[in-house]
Amino acid sequence: MTFFLEVLIGGALAGVMYSLVAIGFVLIYRASGVFNFAQGTMILFAALTFANLVEMGAPMVLAFAVTLALLVVSAILTERLVLRPLANRSVITLFLATLGLSYVFEGVSQIAWGTQVHALDIGLTDDPIALGGLNLSRFDLAATAIAGVLVAALAVLTGRTGLGLSLRAVAADPLAALSIGIRQERVTVIAWSLAGFVALVAGLLWGARSGVQFSLALIVLKALPVLIIGGFTSVGGVIVAGILVGAGEKLAEIFLGPIIGSGIENWFAYVLALLFLLIRPTGLFGQRDFVRI
Amino acid sequence: MATVPFFRPTPLGLSLRPAARNMLSALVLAAAALLPFVIGSDYLFSAILVPFLILSLAGLGLNVLTGYAGQLSLGSAAFMAVGAFATYNLLVRLPDLPLPAALLGGGLVSGLVGLGFGLPSLRIKGFYLIASTLAAQFFIPWLLSQYSWFSNGNASGVITAPPLRLGPVDLDSPAGHYAATLAVVVLITWMAANLLKGPTGRAWIAVRDLDASAAALGIAPGRAKLFAFAVSSFILGIAGALWAFTYLGTVEPAGFDLDRSFQILFIIIIGGLGSIRGNFLGAAFIVLLPVALSLAASAIIGGNVDPALLENIQKLLFGALIIFFLVTEPDGLTQLVDRAHRTRSSWIGLGKFRQQER
Repeated sequence: MTFFLEVLIGGALAGVMYSLVAIGFVLIYRASGVFNFAQGTMILFAALTFANLVEMGAPMVLAFAVTLALLVVSAILTERLVLRPLANRSVITLFLATLGLSYVFEGVSQIAWGTQVHALDIGLTDDPIALGGLNLSRFDLAATAIAGVLVAALAVLTGRTGLGLSLRAVAADPLAALSIGIRQERVTVIAWSLAGFVALVAGLLWGARSGVQFSLALIVLKALPVLIIGGFTSVGGVIVAGILVGAGEKLAEIFLGPIIGSGIENWFAYVLALLFLLIRPTGLFGQRDFVRI
Repeated sequence: MATVPFFRPTPLGLSLRPAARNMLSALVLAAAALLPFVIGSDYLFSAILVPFLILSLAGLGLNVLTGYAGQLSLGSAAFMAVGAFATYNLLVRLPDLPLPAALLGGGLVSGLVGLGFGLPSLRIKGFYLIASTLAAQFFIPWLLSQYSWFSNGNASGVITAPPLRLGPVDLDSPAGHYAATLAVVVLITWMAANLLKGPTGRAWIAVRDLDASAAALGIAPGRAKLFAFAVSSFILGIAGALWAFTYLGTVEPAGFDLDRSFQILFIIIIGGLGSIRGNFLGAAFIVLLPVALSLAASAIIGGNVDPALLENIQKLLFGALIIFFLVTEPDGLTQLVDRAHRTRSSWIGLGKFRQQER
């Protein structure tokens, strides 16, 4: 039973990290209605830039600031060169464009920084800690705490401030938002920059745990089902879904794996997402869209 | 606020008169059938023409589903894998089965699997649907490598094509592989073109543009979508079998990964969504760009270029091109070709013979 609980909680904590990645999606989706596939390679870009700057001898704060500045610049470029020309095009076109954007981020980061694996030490250790008779990873707990703070801050920012209101206004009805004087371009850039910030934090946490390397970009594939289960619009839903997916896939791997074969983790989340969708077609907390003819 | 639909309406009028169009097709076909044999270079066959034809066919498969029926799929490679492994098993377990029958069987199995993964489309709409094709993309290669039954006992799931022959004709040479591939691709493309021109294709286009309106016209959107999933996977399955048998020879499930699915998606974006010719243009582009890029790189830099760097430049270029095409040329290369053709023919005064498209 202890082992079961350890697996469950370990998985759930890892799942919070998926949520952290998925929150980047939600931010952009809420502000510009775009499903941003490039979130994963943004994480790769952020983590690689940060790790290389630190290796060159920059203090962490400076490296963080420079990386964040680069992410803001890329947010501005994305708005100018990709989103603005594609305004009013369908959701799928925009998604395909972010697929292209993802390749651009990947190419740029690896041309600039190479393809080697970088170790990243941000002062968190992975020692187990005994908590109420259970052995839990100190790193996972710290990461969960950071994710929790980030989520709370973002919830306040998007729910309680004027900026959050304009973010939601732009997403709800771009034309009406424009007509009351909301500067859509600026709101979009801010949303993408915030998503860049989330990508940086996620990149540092994932990079510190498993090394800064290409596989960081693949987290996007884990965050996707989390997002689908949680619903594209809900930060809270994404957290719940992340915990669900993280715990579920660890439990499946350990208890189901010996029966049907290992490597379940790769597809478990998608099958789970599919089952959820068949019961609730807009995710756990997503809003149902109405179709007008 | 009204949004511009994802797809522009597919033109039903043709840019050439039917007779001229048929003649052009016949010319292209004759050139494809004869010219390579005149040149007769094995490199041309195995490294350029065969993958080009197979990728065109795969593009056609995805285009049926995405370009015509409007259902985005990120799992094309998984259905190619099903086709490859099903054909392999048919050939190994039923040694008397002729090659075309095994290929057809492989396509049918893949079509059925595709139908299964298309079932959620009855309930889930739009974006959430990618969960289903992504589930296929991750689950199917896992299944194929997990159980060695699928690869006739190979522990890592690798399959090797048996010698290909058609009755007394031995097809086991680069030229033979090309001939077999060309025959299959031409046949399937012709059948698909007829399907797309008829009521089925029009029903798909109606569902794509607005399924509620299609339903009001008496089209059953659910049935149309499912049929699109089946036909698309059938074509992809055959492309996968060709990929394993006439192109690579030896293939493992991991060869049909998400990157392959993206590659096929890029073919139809660059070539043109909702266009048959676009698949061929897009595939030619995808096959030739890396060749051109490495030639250019070694010409500019000289000597050997770091392949990792080249690969990243390629990624950057592909990404930028995707965005460029979506922004400036949503109908892809096929639209560019059309426009060039129109400019030229109006220039020499042939314009009045054609129907105007839009």
